[in-house]
Amino acid sequence: MNSDLFVIPFNLGLYFILIYSVVRSVAWFRSLSRPDKLRLQRGFFGRPFMDSLREIFMESLLHRKIFRKNPVLGYMHMSLAFGWFLLIVFGTIEADFFGEKHLNPPSHAIFFRWFNPEHGAEGLARIYNVWMDFLLAFILSGLLLAVIKRFTPRMMGMKKTTRHTWTDRLALTSLWLIFPSRLLAESFTCGAHGSGSFLTGNLGSALASFLPAAEIAPWFWWLYSISLGTFFFMLPISRYFHIPVELFLIFMRNSGITTGDRHSSYTEVQTHACSSCGVCISVCQMSYAAGINDIQSAYFIKGLRNDRDISAITANCLMCGRCEEVCPVGIELGPMRLIERRQGERADRTLSLPERYSVMRKRSVTEKVPTQSYGYLVREEPEKAEVLFFAGCMTHLTPSVIAAMKRIMESAGVKYRFMDEKGGVCCGRPLMLAGRDREARELINHNSDIIWKSGAKILVTSCPICYKVFRESYYLEATVMHHSEFINLLIEEGSLRLGYLHRKVVYHDPCELGRGSGIYEEPRAVISYVAELLEASQERSMSLCCGGSLGNLTLASGKKAMIAADAARILTMSSPDELITACPLCKKTFVQATKTKVSDIAELVAAALPAPSKRVARRRSARATVRANDAG
Amino acid sequence: MKTVPKHVLVAGGGVAGMEAAGALAEMGYRVTLVEKGDDPGGHLLQWHALFPDRRPADEVRSYLRKRAGHHNINIITRTTVEKVRHHPGGVRVILSGGTEEEADAVIVATGFDLFDAHRKEEYGYGIYDNVITSVDLEAMFNRGRLEKADGTVPSRIGLIHCVGSRDEKVNNNHCSKVCCVTAVKQAIEIRQMLPSCEVFCFYMDMRMYGPYYEELYRESQEVHNVNFIRGKVSEASVNINNRLVIKVEDTLAGRPLKMELDIMVLMVGMEMAESGAKLAEASGFRQGINRFLESGDHHYGNNLSGIKGVFYAGTCTAPMNITDTISHARAAVAETVRYLKA
Repeated sequence: MNSDLFVIPFNLGLYFILIYSVVRSVAWFRSLSRPDKLRLQRGFFGRPFMDSLREIFMESLLHRKIFRKNPVLGYMHMSLAFGWFLLIVFGTIEADFFGEKHLNPPSHAIFFRWFNPEHGAEGLARIYNVWMDFLLAFILSGLLLAVIKRFTPRMMGMKKTTRHTWTDRLALTSLWLIFPSRLLAESFTCGAHGSGSFLTGNLGSALASFLPAAEIAPWFWWLYSISLGTFFFMLPISRYFHIPVELFLIFMRNSGITTGDRHSSYTEVQTHACSSCGVCISVCQMSYAAGINDIQSAYFIKGLRNDRDISAITANCLMCGRCEEVCPVGIELGPMRLIERRQGERADRTLSLPERYSVMRKRSVTEKVPTQSYGYLVREEPEKAEVLFFAGCMTHLTPSVIAAMKRIMESAGVKYRFMDEKGGVCCGRPLMLAGRDREARELINHNSDIIWKSGAKILVTSCPICYKVFRESYYLEATVMHHSEFINLLIEEGSLRLGYLHRKVVYHDPCELGRGSGIYEEPRAVISYVAELLEASQERSMSLCCGGSLGNLTLASGKKAMIAADAARILTMSSPDELITACPLCKKTFVQATKTKVSDIAELVAAALPAPSKRVARRRSARATVRANDAG
Repeated sequence: MKTVPKHVLVAGGGVAGMEAAGALAEMGYRVTLVEKGDDPGGHLLQWHALFPDRRPADEVRSYLRKRAGHHNINIITRTTVEKVRHHPGGVRVILSGGTEEEADAVIVATGFDLFDAHRKEEYGYGIYDNVITSVDLEAMFNRGRLEKADGTVPSRIGLIHCVGSRDEKVNNNHCSKVCCVTAVKQAIEIRQMLPSCEVFCFYMDMRMYGPYYEELYRESQEVHNVNFIRGKVSEASVNINNRLVIKVEDTLAGRPLKMELDIMVLMVGMEMAESGAKLAEASGFRQGINRFLESGDHHYGNNLSGIKGVFYAGTCTAPMNITDTISHARAAVAETVRYLKA
């Protein structure tokens, strides 16, 4: 039995990874917050568990999402994951069914051919052998694609692929060696014994015709076992750890756990569940439009996993959310980056990762801090109003949007108060995006106070950045509406009389309004009511960032201009008369990037209002403001 | 033996183009001057008086008109140069409309476009009636009447420097050089026209680089009581009385400032001319980050295009005042003649 020693590397590796997985899972579970623990426990005995099994089958094995995005890439992942899974399942059945005894150790299934070299000469076993050879060929075809992808990503429809660390490379090499070495090991054994099916049998007899197959075979069995063992040992410290971790992530997510605003074992699980597939790199405008190729989410997550100083990567992101939209694993990349931005200014890089996690967990974002940054703000006593209009800082830089909103609301007879007409206080979102939650909270409290005291039922804002933070981080009685929603409401109520503009327009979904807040239909309904809306090639959830994002405070303006020019080019491909957006910042950015006229949705609607003469309109506007001020 | 005079085509009939054409014609060359507008003269046609001495712009205009009126010059108006290409026999020039011209050499003098103030929406140009540009103000000087849109006399005017210059947000890093001293000149003119009207200049730096500019700046403060505030205007709005309200940070006093104005004048900067940029793209000229033409060497070969027989003159290479533009055009003529005689 001495010649069977080759199974040792495989066995060591396998038991190591099994024990490691259990220990790590228990550790993650223990460090979850109490509510999350409960969620997980409840999930285990309920629907989430079944949902997770289904999802694991569809995504972790079949890779359905990648398939939809890129069929070749999907096939590559499916053949490796699903093929290997089937090989293990049917290998185990084979060993159980055809082996000398039932309930074999795993190595007997994995190295079945070595232990049963003559197997498969006739009958059912012969057919079974064809099936097993087919599975091996299926995996090898995927492996071939993987090799092509690594050296020429373009052939796989990938613009870029991720760069690897040495641990990744070692793991990758061992993974790549597993299946060719199995093929050769089985082929040599089959060649020596005249067995095997269409793949191993034919290759085996061909090799045996000029090589001493029986002497060579053990070498390849050793190589096969060592490859497997190495892969298992490298698993926890390489990107392939994502394979087991993703299963855990799917279950956690289906149980209702979310990222939140601090590091936790959920963020750690997400960090390890990233497969570095590189899909996020392909959709990143920073990469393909501005030539910045080291800050994408795959690198961000890798830096987090390897505990590197990634403060520069963390800061250099538009926070547009396109990567999160396409992430096949479903990692919450935006919230993860925000957490890291918050930590960025405070995290002690000398602490180890687990230590840091535990320190972070103890810190609360809303913890009491002695100093105030905005203590000088004066508490206001606002007048009462049904509808409160908050333009926002950015909208004050686009006065035509404010003018349009005034005209629309006056035309519809809306009694409103203009909360920040004489200048207001920032909504807090830019500070949050910069990771300064404490300061943001001060501003939020200040504005909340005014909004509550005004007694407003509806808070209308023209800025998607304000809109998102009003909805998510303010506690308000008033319904928060972006002006596109509000105008849509006015149209539906019948309070707005509008003409039809004979213009062809294209609509740009602002990141914070579309992906950020899920508002896609209302702006389109409004635009279609007054003009002809053309389709854009990249819209709704895959809308482009204009490049002017407040989420990135480090990007050079030249690079922003490159992103803006590229986005504007794609949006205006159908040669529209006008490019419509619903965000003052997008408007300001696009104006510099295209010759096409750029307007806010409010301006488009205002243009469709029955037009009074300019002077009358101004006088009326002045009167209305006085009235609104008096009415309060 | 009499030889046929060599032919030079000058693209652009502004200050640089007219001076270059005139100088070449004087030396006996046959010159074709191609101008996109109705008449040669360029941006100078819109100007009332010139810095630093406030002489009438007409004096320089008539000098240039005389220069370009030489009998060796053939002026083609309402035409642009679309493309130039060097070939062994000379330079082939394609004009708008598809006509072709053969020349022995070409001088590119396509000049600049004024920054479109609509692109800085926060200043409200085109939205508020009393926001105008430095060019609009010059037109008011030409008409001899300085008033608000409603016909009333302004009591406070603000001049905003660096509109479209030194502003990364509009993708312009460069300084347009002439706006600071133009603002000083215009501020003095306002004060002389309307002695009761206050004038404020909002600047980032005062770049008084030319001879007598510094003196003019000093005079504006000492004699004419023009106020200078260091700080960039962030936004403008109108109040209930339809008066402009601007927000500025006074960076010397270190505090934010709000001020009411009757008229806000935007000192618009220079950008590479769109027609010149098109010509550059079609002909393979190198352009710098701010799209102005990049010459063979910016110290000693500033008129060289890198293409045989093609030379640059004037503000198509960088913002310049009239003095420098005329010198640059003469230098381009010197390079052209050296090339034609070789």
